[in-house]
Amino acid sequence: MAFSPFITKPSSVSEIMLQVLFALIPGILFYVWFYGPAILVSMLLASLTALATEALMLKLRNRPVAPFLKDNSALLTAWLLALSIPPLAPWWLVVVGTMFAISISKHLYGGLGNNPFNPAMVGYAVLIISFPSYMTHWLTPDGLGDITLGFSDQLNYIFHGILPGDIKLDAVTMATPLDTLKTQLHMNGQMKTILDMPIYGHFAGVGSEWVSFGFLLGGLYLFFRRIISWHIPVAFLVTLFAVSGALHLVDPSRYAPPLFHWFSGAAMLGAFFILTDPVTSPTTPKGRMIFACGAGLLTFLIRVYGGFPDGVAFATLLMNISVPLIDAWTQPAVFGRKDRS
Amino acid sequence: MRKLYTFHGGVHPATCKTQSTGKPIAKAKLPSKLIIPLHQHVGHSARPVVEVGERVQKGQLIGRADGHVSSAVHASTSGTVTAIDMQPVAHPSGLPELCITLIPDGLEEWLELEPIDDWQSVPHTELRHRLRNAGVVGLGGAVFPSDMKLYAHKHKIKTLVINGAECEPYITCDDLLMRERAAEILAGAELMRTLLYADEVLIGIEDNKPEAIHAMRSAVIAGKHANMEIVAVPTIYPGGGAKQLIRVLTGIEVAAGVRSTDLGVQCFNVGTAYSAWRAIRFGEPLISRIVTVTGNVASPQNLETLIGTPIIELVAQAGALQGTNGYIMGGPMMGVLLPSDQAGVIKATNCIIAASDQLFPPPKTVLPCIRCTRCADVCPAQLQPQDLYWHARAKNFTKAEEYHLFDCIECGACSYVCPSNIPLVQYYRFAKSEIWAQQASQKAANAARERHEFRESRLEREKREKAEKLAAKEKAATKSEAAPVSDKPDTGPVDETQRKIQAAIDHARAQAATIKPKNTEQLTPQQLAEIADIEARRARIREIAQASTDTHTRE
Repeated sequence: MAFSPFITKPSSVSEIMLQVLFALIPGILFYVWFYGPAILVSMLLASLTALATEALMLKLRNRPVAPFLKDNSALLTAWLLALSIPPLAPWWLVVVGTMFAISISKHLYGGLGNNPFNPAMVGYAVLIISFPSYMTHWLTPDGLGDITLGFSDQLNYIFHGILPGDIKLDAVTMATPLDTLKTQLHMNGQMKTILDMPIYGHFAGVGSEWVSFGFLLGGLYLFFRRIISWHIPVAFLVTLFAVSGALHLVDPSRYAPPLFHWFSGAAMLGAFFILTDPVTSPTTPKGRMIFACGAGLLTFLIRVYGGFPDGVAFATLLMNISVPLIDAWTQPAVFGRKDRS
Repeated sequence: MRKLYTFHGGVHPATCKTQSTGKPIAKAKLPSKLIIPLHQHVGHSARPVVEVGERVQKGQLIGRADGHVSSAVHASTSGTVTAIDMQPVAHPSGLPELCITLIPDGLEEWLELEPIDDWQSVPHTELRHRLRNAGVVGLGGAVFPSDMKLYAHKHKIKTLVINGAECEPYITCDDLLMRERAAEILAGAELMRTLLYADEVLIGIEDNKPEAIHAMRSAVIAGKHANMEIVAVPTIYPGGGAKQLIRVLTGIEVAAGVRSTDLGVQCFNVGTAYSAWRAIRFGEPLISRIVTVTGNVASPQNLETLIGTPIIELVAQAGALQGTNGYIMGGPMMGVLLPSDQAGVIKATNCIIAASDQLFPPPKTVLPCIRCTRCADVCPAQLQPQDLYWHARAKNFTKAEEYHLFDCIECGACSYVCPSNIPLVQYYRFAKSEIWAQQASQKAANAARERHEFRESRLEREKREKAEKLAAKEKAATKSEAAPVSDKPDTGPVDETQRKIQAAIDHARAQAATIKPKNTEQLTPQQLAEIADIEARRARIREIAQASTDTHTRE
């Protein structure tokens, strides 16, 4: 207590991160409902790996371990990564991705607050490039497939790579709705007939649309708790809606409707939880809009024309690179200097 | 309803004001001694005009205003001067200042005062002169000599803003003053308006002070004050900052380095208006002020306190409690922790908070900035505190200036909301003082170079002159009687050298003018004095900032 201000608002990094974790819960609940509890296992695995890696890196970097472990940022990275990885994935996939995210993309750049790229998305990018086949097998939502795996079967696969009896992996997994759409369009399928396939629900994939809805709910919570500002989610979703909507109007047989884009893949997760990561996003309101518009456009382009089914991760990383420039270009006018600048 | 404007950001800390508003203003007891610093205001220190052992009357001048920007200091009561020496003062630096120690005789014997019944008929110059000699300075905290702010400028003053917002938590001295002495505040405002030829007077009071608003409104009606309005403004910190209040009331934004008078506005604190009135109407010099004594005390209240009353004696009257670990002068957002409880109350002392760990817990562990921009969201100057912090910490001062470091009003809102507990304002103070130090040394270097260049050219000139003289002598010796020596030596070359010297000096000056960093160009006397103050604090601040950076890196 040497200098003013002598009072502070009771808020902390750890509490902010905890709120974000909390806001993920609705999405996770839908996840468990549609895909079974396997996701909880990979989240737990990711969490433990993240904390262990964080502690190790802090130790190696000669930093105090306890205050940083308590900041909950590693946990958030772990959860976001686990939610991006197929729930039925071998344990080492989660572990490798998380370790890479925390050690390379976070700590090698200086740890909390200093990483230019979103660690979870770096982890995801590494996995999808290194292990594409594991990353594209998504569990079939409950009720869609012929066989449903029990929790013990899921555990068995995660840790031992064994499925019961003569069940093949393909029988319990499927390509994601975004992936299926892409493949079908390649085979000259018509949008209408594709979207009539049983894996599609109201707007997008059965199950995944609900998970997206859950993230939307959580995102709104973050907004009302003032953890995030509206700029990034709104700019991202509006851009995605506008470009996909425009092309859908031009050629409805080739381009999916905008709501499909909103409720598919990581659009909602990205809009509210990933792009809004304060460390790797711009700090000015205008900058945030530019950043999120760019991410929305890139997501759409990658989804429709790119080599990967979803584009949120790469769009995020590409926009992360531009943050310093965007910040420098969008400095707001200061008090009393509006006319002059 | 008057249209009110808003300013960006702001915070809502717990106001903690009700503790000290329960009791009316009481007179503080006559202390055992008074320690009156000669430098309580912005500008030059006053010059002592009494001697040790001299008996003084209450209100007698003991320090004469010295220089253009300065203010007078008076004996707060009758008694004997026992010392004129360096003593710890109510300033965060802990550096001693010249103080006059006065032992009261308990008689409270006033000097014969010169009241003015009809001030309207007195020339304005005379009124200003009286204000200056009465030691009236800004009591909102800036302590700038008031007479200097009461000139009708080349720009027409449209609005006189009287600041009764009092946005800092804990402080209630203005609130109580408005409740109890509204008529005199308004009379002071009227006096100020006259000196400024201002059209309207707007008195801004935060809406968490309904009693004060009511009292002031009644006084406006009772006093039949025309073009004077009491405006309830929203309670938000730092809504009582002069720039912020001017913005809220008039919509005008006064940027850093700009005089509000150039935009047609002048601003005074309610306490200043009151003191100005007492000084003119009754001839009373500024020898006391209302001080809120609150925090870890049994009976928080407002005390009319003689300037020079030792902090410890003042706090004792409110019932000092166990657990007090320091005294804050001012509020918890911008106040300063006093290095000594023996120091005397000064004109800037609006509030003394007895601090305890319970009221103000020790700072929490500092984490790295996560760029969450909560600081930018609350910054009333619309700065990007997270960027400023980054540059200040990296000692990249040029960059910090580019990001408008000097527009920071040090309100502390950023530090208040920072979830990483970073002492942001402290970094900005550090950066500012470093830049001032650099500019000062640059100035000194320029002066030294100028002197050096001048010396070089002088030596050269002397050498040449000597040689010429010698040559002339030889010439004269050889031609001796033949040619009469002209009584005036040829002045050509000397003129030439002098012209060169002048050119060199001009060149150096021009160069110095271009090199001079932009922020020192238009410093107001107030800022210059602040610089001097901050210079004094520098060493300590730097040390602490260094220590904080060290712990930061160790983390």
